[in-house]
Formats: sequence, C-alpha cells, structure tokens
Amino acid sequence: MSGVAAADGPLVELRAVSLAYGRGDGATLALADATISIRKAEFIAVVGPSGCGKSTLMKLVTGLLPATSGEVVVHGEQVVRPIKGVGMAFQNPTLMPWRTTLDNVLLPLEVVEPYKRQFRARKAEYAEKARALLASVGLGGFADKYPWQLSGGMQQRSNLCRALVHEPEIMMLDEPFGALDAFTREELWGVMQNLWLERRFTAVLVTHDLREAVYLADTVYVMSRRPGRIVMVRPIDLPRPRTLASTFEPAFVDIVHGLRDRIHQEYA
Amino acid sequence: MTGSQSRLLQAAMPWLVMAAFLLAWEASCVGFAIQEIILPRPSRIMAVSVDRFDILLRFCLETLWTTLIGFALAIACGLVLGLAIGASPFVYAGLYPLLIAFNAIPKVAIVPILMIWLGVGATPAIITAFVISFFPIVVNVATGLATIEPEMRDVMRSLGATRYEILTKVGIPRAMPYLFGSLKVAITLAFIGSVISETVGGNRGIGFLMLSAGARNDTATTFAGLFAIAIMGILMYALCAVVERRMTRWAFRGEMIG
Repeated sequence: MSGVAAADGPLVELRAVSLAYGRGDGATLALADATISIRKAEFIAVVGPSGCGKSTLMKLVTGLLPATSGEVVVHGEQVVRPIKGVGMAFQNPTLMPWRTTLDNVLLPLEVVEPYKRQFRARKAEYAEKARALLASVGLGGFADKYPWQLSGGMQQRSNLCRALVHEPEIMMLDEPFGALDAFTREELWGVMQNLWLERRFTAVLVTHDLREAVYLADTVYVMSRRPGRIVMVRPIDLPRPRTLASTFEPAFVDIVHGLRDRIHQEYA
Repeated sequence: MTGSQSRLLQAAMPWLVMAAFLLAWEASCVGFAIQEIILPRPSRIMAVSVDRFDILLRFCLETLWTTLIGFALAIACGLVLGLAIGASPFVYAGLYPLLIAFNAIPKVAIVPILMIWLGVGATPAIITAFVISFFPIVVNVATGLATIEPEMRDVMRSLGATRYEILTKVGIPRAMPYLFGSLKVAITLAFIGSVISETVGGNRGIGFLMLSAGARNDTATTFAGLFAIAIMGILMYALCAVVERRMTRWAFRGEMIG
C-alpha cells in the first residue's frame, strides 16, 4: 500500500496501468500505461476512437478486471477485487424485467451494506427514498410500471436511479446515453448534471460524444487508438450549471473542436 | 373479413381441423370397407369409449397418477440439477457429458431392468416417466442461468453481491420462464414414459389396457385408449401453459403491450 490519500488528495488513482487480454503471443494490449488521478467529487470523461479501451478502463477502476501491470488505487488502497459501493450504468439499461421500476431501483439496497441488513425492517422508508429519487428524474408516476412498459429514455433514467440509490461515492457511466435519440440524450445530460450537483459523487463517464463529455465533465481525457494511451488531458473550466444554450457558446464550441482535432489525428 | 370474425375463425380452427380429420377417417373406413380389426371408425371408437367409460377412467387415473408423480420428481430434481449445472462451470463440465449419454439411451430399454429391480407395478412407470421428462427441465434451467447478460453480472458484482445473491436475485428469476417453458414438453414426455412402461410390462394403467385389448383383437378399445392418452396429454399441456403464463407474466410482455 503506497500512501494514504490525504483529505484533498485523489480518490482514485491509476498508476501506469496496462491491461492485456489473453496471454503470451496471442495477447492484445487494450490499455497501455494509463495514469489518471481523480479527485473526490470530480466528474471526468474519457473519450476516444471506438475500441480504444475506454470500457476496459472502467472495469479496471471498479476492480472487475485485474490490471496486467501498474496499480489501481482507490481510497489509498490498491484494488485487487471488485470494490464495493460503486454505482454503474451501462448503455444497456440492464433492468430486470420481472421487477417493477421501484423494485429495480431498490436492488442495490438489498445487496449493499449497511442497507442490506436493515432492508426488511426499513423497507417502507427505502421505498419512499427510491420514489423520491425517481420523481427527481421525472419518473414520479412510473414506479409501479415494469421496465418494458417504459420508453428507452425512461429506462435509462431508472438505471441512473438504481446506480445512485445507495449513495455510492463513485459512479461509473459507460455510454449511458449512447442508445438514445439526440433529444432524449441532451435532456438526460441536464438530469445527470442536476444529480451530480446535488450529490457530488465522483464520476467516470465513458462516451464518444464530445459535446456530452464537455457538458458534464470537469476534466476530459482523450485516448489514442488501441492500445489505448492517454494522449490529452483537458480541464473544462466552464461555469455550472451548464445548459443546452451554453453548448452553443464559443468557449464550449472551441473546447469541443480542440478535442475533435486531437481525435482526428488518431485516424490520420 | 372483420377483425372479430377473423379472431373467431382462429379460435374455431382447431375444432374445424379436428372435425375434418375425423370425418375423413370415418369416410375412408366406410368407403374402402376397412375391417374394424385393422382400423375402427371414429364413431365406433366413441361408442366403445362411452360404453366402457368406467374401465377407461379407472385405468386412465392410474396412468395419470404415476405420470404426475414422475413429473413432480422430474421438476424437483431437474430444478436442483439445472441450477447446479448453470451456476457452476465445474458441475457443468463434470455432469453434462454424462447427462447427454444418459439421455441418448432409449428409455424402453431400461424398463425391463427396472422390473427386475422393482417388480411389476406403479414404481417402474413412475421412474420411467421421471427419467424421460427430467432432461428437458435440466437443460432449460441451466440455459436460463448460463445466459445472464454479462452487464447484469457486472452491475451485481460492482455492488458487492455474492455468488449466492447473483443466483437468487438474477439467476433464478431469469431461469423461471425457461423452467415453465420446459414443463409443457416434459409433461407430454412423462406420459410417454409411463405408457411405455405399462406397455412393456405392467398390470395397470392405460398402456396395459391397450395391450390386453390388442391381444383380444379388440382394436376399438385400443384406439379408445389412444384417444384417452391424447386427451390427458392435451389437458396437462394446457394446464402447464396456464401455469407458465401466470408465473412468468413478464416474459410474455410482447403480447401484453401489443
């Protein structure tokens, strides 16, 4: 264990992390030498060409995949197994069709301590909390519907609620808005930003939508083509809350162009 | 044709086809002057069925009883083994080849062995019904477990869920439609199993009744037995289909919204 994180030190650190799939000569290097440090309550976005190992990066941080070399440190401790109390949202909402929306959102409370052991006793209270959360993303009247009775955008909102209900310190978002139409996507950026402004979790967003990255993140990391390396770190110092109108302002547009130019070099 | 007319026709189709089939049968028996000992007319089979209703019913109930016990055993064992195979790669690797080999054995072949071990009676029929209907249940339950989406697994693992929690909260609910889907197949197989056993050697059940009627050249009664088995099969299949719908409503979502 190298060093305990200071109060204002990084919450998540990747130190020269590489990951290869497979072994020996057949191994493919998915991620090379990534060094990232994420402050508590920071919102970072990772962008890059497709297949550059963005999702791999996410699995490394949560310990779902062990690093081939280098170390992943969360809370000053090296990650060797899946870390607990992480919220995850994928492009596929992965809601359980046999549970109502409310019961889907309650799932983490049935699994994560300390909620798990109190779940039976405080179920009514938890259900209230989940309903309030659903209402805050505009799903007030849909708690008792099944996921397959909801539209894609609504399913993704429920998915965000499920990822947040146990108040995780770290949120992993793997292209959560990727499968939605443009209008719904932009609307959910606002929903996401509000949730983050309220709760101030630490978030890692993987996306290939540069406007989405700039809208939501404090820092954008640009990755190269496979094997993914971090080729650019761009802090976004635009004021919050950001709005759809602000995505058309010159400062915003300049940043997006800067990122786009860097990614285009990867295809050159 | 309006919507309601076409729905009505669709509901009537099975009965119309059945009636046409029986009429064609009746007509060819009369037209080609087929002897009753070769192929009795449907009207004759009905008459015999009504005539001997009490005997038919008694033997049917014996068969139904053994079938249901075998079927219940198959559900219990199939569920447990299916869960074990679907949840653990080691159990899968160890048992799957053995199960396939076992399933490849013609079940008729094991009935004489069962009789040597257990004597004549209900027990061989129950066991035959069990071994024949057990396999589709195991395979379906295991498939349901093995096809959990990897993202769903990641969500659970990142919450710190144990293997047991992943099994009970994702695996088992997800395997339920597969289980109930397999029951329809399994119940018809269970009937085949117990009738085979009764026919190969037995002193009870509809299979035995058909065999002894055949020995007396009473073809009409043999056919009445066939009809009885078919009717029981349809009824049990329908029951399983109803249970399936009630238990796993969410798996039929396409029909509910549409």
